[in-house]
Amino acid sequence: MDSIFDIFLLEAVLNGLLLGGLLALLSLGLNLIFGVIDVVWICYAELIMVGMYAIWWLHSAHGVPLMLAFVLAIAFVAALGAAMHHFIVRPVLNAEPINQLLVTGGVLFLLQALATVAFGVEFRNIGVRLPGVNIGEMSFSLSRMVAFGVAAVAIAVTYLFLNRTYMGTAIRAISQDRTIMPLMGVNPSRVYLLTSAMGGGLAGLAACLLVLQYDVHPAIGLSFGPLTFLICVLGGLGNLVGGFVAAFVFAQFISVGGFFLQLEWGYVIAFVFFIMTMFWKPEGLLSKRR
Amino acid sequence: MRNLALVLLALAFAIPFTGVGNYPLHLMVMALLWSFIYTSWSIMGRLGLVSFGHGAFLGIGAYTVVMLWNLFGISPWIGTIVAIAITLVVAFLIGYPCFRFKIVGHYFALVTLALSEVTRLIIVGMRDITGGSLGVTPKSALSDGATWSLSAMQFSSKFVWFYLMLGCWLVALYVWHRVDRGMNRLALEAISEEEDAAASIGINVTRAKLSVTLLSATMTCIGGVLYAQYQSYVNPETVSGIGISLQMVFGVIAGGMFVMLGPTVGAIFLLVLSEGLRVLIGNDILGIDTTIYGLLLILFIIFMPKGILGAFLEKMRGGKGLGSSRI
Repeated sequence: MDSIFDIFLLEAVLNGLLLGGLLALLSLGLNLIFGVIDVVWICYAELIMVGMYAIWWLHSAHGVPLMLAFVLAIAFVAALGAAMHHFIVRPVLNAEPINQLLVTGGVLFLLQALATVAFGVEFRNIGVRLPGVNIGEMSFSLSRMVAFGVAAVAIAVTYLFLNRTYMGTAIRAISQDRTIMPLMGVNPSRVYLLTSAMGGGLAGLAACLLVLQYDVHPAIGLSFGPLTFLICVLGGLGNLVGGFVAAFVFAQFISVGGFFLQLEWGYVIAFVFFIMTMFWKPEGLLSKRR
Repeated sequence: MRNLALVLLALAFAIPFTGVGNYPLHLMVMALLWSFIYTSWSIMGRLGLVSFGHGAFLGIGAYTVVMLWNLFGISPWIGTIVAIAITLVVAFLIGYPCFRFKIVGHYFALVTLALSEVTRLIIVGMRDITGGSLGVTPKSALSDGATWSLSAMQFSSKFVWFYLMLGCWLVALYVWHRVDRGMNRLALEAISEEEDAAASIGINVTRAKLSVTLLSATMTCIGGVLYAQYQSYVNPETVSGIGISLQMVFGVIAGGMFVMLGPTVGAIFLLVLSEGLRVLIGNDILGIDTTIYGLLLILFIIFMPKGILGAFLEKMRGGKGLGSSRI
């Protein structure tokens, strides 16, 4: 009895690890945008929803090959991210922080409603389901393993881009000091636009991975949106490494908590843990205690 | 000004007797209810405590009362007291550490947002007794053609609700006014400008913030009770979670956060907008009304950051600051 129990717990832990990779990718783009532009996109998960619909529309409705649909969707959401910055965030850059949060909240409603107008409220799926993988007595979904792998590569590439390229250095510099960098010849509005496009592209990539696991519907963003930005806050807004760690911590709470209780309670435990941690380390998990 | 207000108030009291239909009366009840809730939110929101978690208090109010009534037959009046007690505990547990450890700005907004999501998930998670996402209806106490039951807080006549909501709204305005005139406002305004400096001149930051938070949360909880009893139906999505919490903030911003009647104007505006779009466009194309709604909200925040009433008053006064203006 004991050994069976342990193997299912182990399965939950490993599934949590796989989920952690995906959550880390979800929060990476949002974190990047916040770190550089200092605005939280509450609607970030809705960009992912748009990406999922783009893939469904291209692949299932118009017969575009899946890989091409993925590439086009990533490009489309990247463009959407840039447009989001240009038309919506830029005008409120100097406004009160609450207005910045709210305007992106408005985009959340808008994108949800537009998706409803365009595609209705039905659940859509692209009809591609990867098989399960059995290791010993444990079973894992292949799509989760793929998602984990792709997320790990994407995170590594983003990290190298930020640390090894000229543009990446400019992005990091601007996030450290917004007033000095323009004097050093960095054009902040270009950096902002590029970062937003990158954030959008990462959302598009996340959409590719999610569409393999979940059906898409207009409110799907709400099921993982709050989670995404809580992970960013838990890791310390703008702290990419912290967000990475926080994603795995959160995923374990959800997976193991969901194993002992129901899935909602896994989320509840994760959220309560989040609130407690905020009191203990307000600047994020990896911050030094004040 | 005062006379004008009294005349308008007298007119408001007379409205149900002018023979308006059920639908306009329903709209007015809803406008008063949301005005009450938005005003409750703005009591702390305008002082720099931007909470995205008021959906939690609304949900606690609505669900505590309905659950106690349905499961144990406890009168909603006693249920309200229980709900307020729970709200005070929750608001304290969140507020005290937040204020003690100086969690402000984005972080405060997101912590409170987590709170409202937790509330929604707990309601959904307890689906065996709460009905989960399907929502729940309070058991009717109106048998044998009775039109009202005071102990069950159920009234089939909209008249009663109109006066109840009107009374609550007026109390909320009075509270807003008292807070506005009180020392606490000056303290909190100083805090929202520069917290450390305020603390250095002897302001007890934690206490000042906590008192206004508990007040605002309690009033929002009462709003949740009224909503549940008036609608006779609650659903976790409509009384808790991210959607309603954002809508509250939107309403206040759209009306004008820094003037007494701003939240009221915002509530009426949002109600007229959503009902108007629903009636004008109908249900032929699903989602088109919310598309326009979302678009307008974005435009509003970009082009009219001070809200309808705020911008109007500013224009009338020739562009003077609104920090301490009153209406």
